[in-house]
Amino acid sequence: MIDLLDKFDAIAGERQAYLDAGGRDPVGVVMSKVLSPTRAVINGRETILMGTYNYMGMTFDPDVIAASEAAVRDFGAGTTGSRSLNGTYTSHRECEAALKDFYGTRHGMVFSTGYQANLGVVSTLAGRGDYVILDADSHASIYDGCSMGNADVVRFRHNSVEDLDKRLGRLPAEAGKLVVLEGVYSMLGDIAPLAEMVAVAKRHGAMILVDEAHAMGFFGEHGRGVTEAAGVEDQVDFIIGTFSKSVGTVGGFCVSNHPKFEALRLVCRPYVFTASLPPSIVASSAVSIRKLMHDTAKRARLWDSTRAMHAGLKARGFTLGTATAESAIIAVLMPDQATTLAMWQALLEHGVYVNFARPPATPTGTYLLRCSLCAEHTPEQIAAILRQFDAAAAAVGLRLAVAA
Amino acid sequence: MPARETIYARIVDLIGPLNKKAVPLAEDTSFSNDLEMDSLTVMDLVANIEDEWDIVLPLNMLPELETIGQVADAVAKLTK
Repeated sequence: MIDLLDKFDAIAGERQAYLDAGGRDPVGVVMSKVLSPTRAVINGRETILMGTYNYMGMTFDPDVIAASEAAVRDFGAGTTGSRSLNGTYTSHRECEAALKDFYGTRHGMVFSTGYQANLGVVSTLAGRGDYVILDADSHASIYDGCSMGNADVVRFRHNSVEDLDKRLGRLPAEAGKLVVLEGVYSMLGDIAPLAEMVAVAKRHGAMILVDEAHAMGFFGEHGRGVTEAAGVEDQVDFIIGTFSKSVGTVGGFCVSNHPKFEALRLVCRPYVFTASLPPSIVASSAVSIRKLMHDTAKRARLWDSTRAMHAGLKARGFTLGTATAESAIIAVLMPDQATTLAMWQALLEHGVYVNFARPPATPTGTYLLRCSLCAEHTPEQIAAILRQFDAAAAAVGLRLAVAA
Repeated sequence: MPARETIYARIVDLIGPLNKKAVPLAEDTSFSNDLEMDSLTVMDLVANIEDEWDIVLPLNMLPELETIGQVADAVAKLTK
């Protein structure tokens, strides 16, 4: 018998060797207590969370929690069914209504996760003979949506308007085309030049999907995302998003003004063939989405903290993924895996949690310590994190640029 | 239309900078097994090949293109 797990020996061995040498597992962090959107207990130590995508700090919002508690009491723990069968409650409809109000769109469809929303929408929209044109740095869920579908898949160089134009120009004029973009790219925290890309895509007759997972809640006047901030809402055909970041729960969605949009509920397999979200989740998500529509003070706090953190790291000589704070993600570029792991561990041991990221999740050859800010981070927490970055860099011998 | 030998020779040139371990390159050299390229590197190489001949080599074709010879055949077909 061939052991089908043998093919993973190399990656499992690499991890084991690291653990045997006393390293702490970067994919094995356990939180034994969560104290707030920015604080948790890890390894018995109170830790500042700086890598949770909990941008708007909604996880402990009292109204969100109250809605969740009421729904679990009144509608039970789960739906035990697909949206298409017994899994649609009033609260699922109310959640979709909240999304439609938030985005100002005619249609909204809730999936069980953001991953499934991309998997379902990308694989269903583009069929045999159609083309999906995606950014090289697209999220795994977009690549997987391509693998699941039957369309031909064309990849353009990250954020290059010129490369997108060139590759679209090579495709048959009569073929169906779906250009897939992200507002914020989650590894380096850079944003897409959406106005230019949308214009190019439209000129080639493509439909456009924008994933706003890391932008919802704090980009644009209504917090709708980079699409709104770039002024191209009326030209984007589909917006994909998630509840597991700014909304503070879990789930995914697609909103659109396309008159035929509702047909997707009949044909999108990751929507049909899975159980719907529990009532507590859709009820709390709806409350959170409606609160996010108006929370301009919180948005301003998030941007202030992000700029302070970016400026602080830059002044200390760290190399960052973007020259200025483009989003609420700040990626610290590291030289190699060993230094990244050592520094990640040093930060954790001093009470700061950030994300360790390596290829192939990151662009080729890049090792990162990735920070994501929360509107609830205090100036004191930011100052403490910056101190720990200094200390950790010194402890692992990371060479820093001369302070500007 | 360029000749198959010309295409093969140019693909070998394009692989050069990515061939970190200086593996000898031949028709049956495999991208994953011999050159140990990860999926991102392969996709970057595909982008360069597309630009070289102004063709579309969709990512969903990649599972069929395991060796340098197979890629040369695919490019020859697309440039006909």
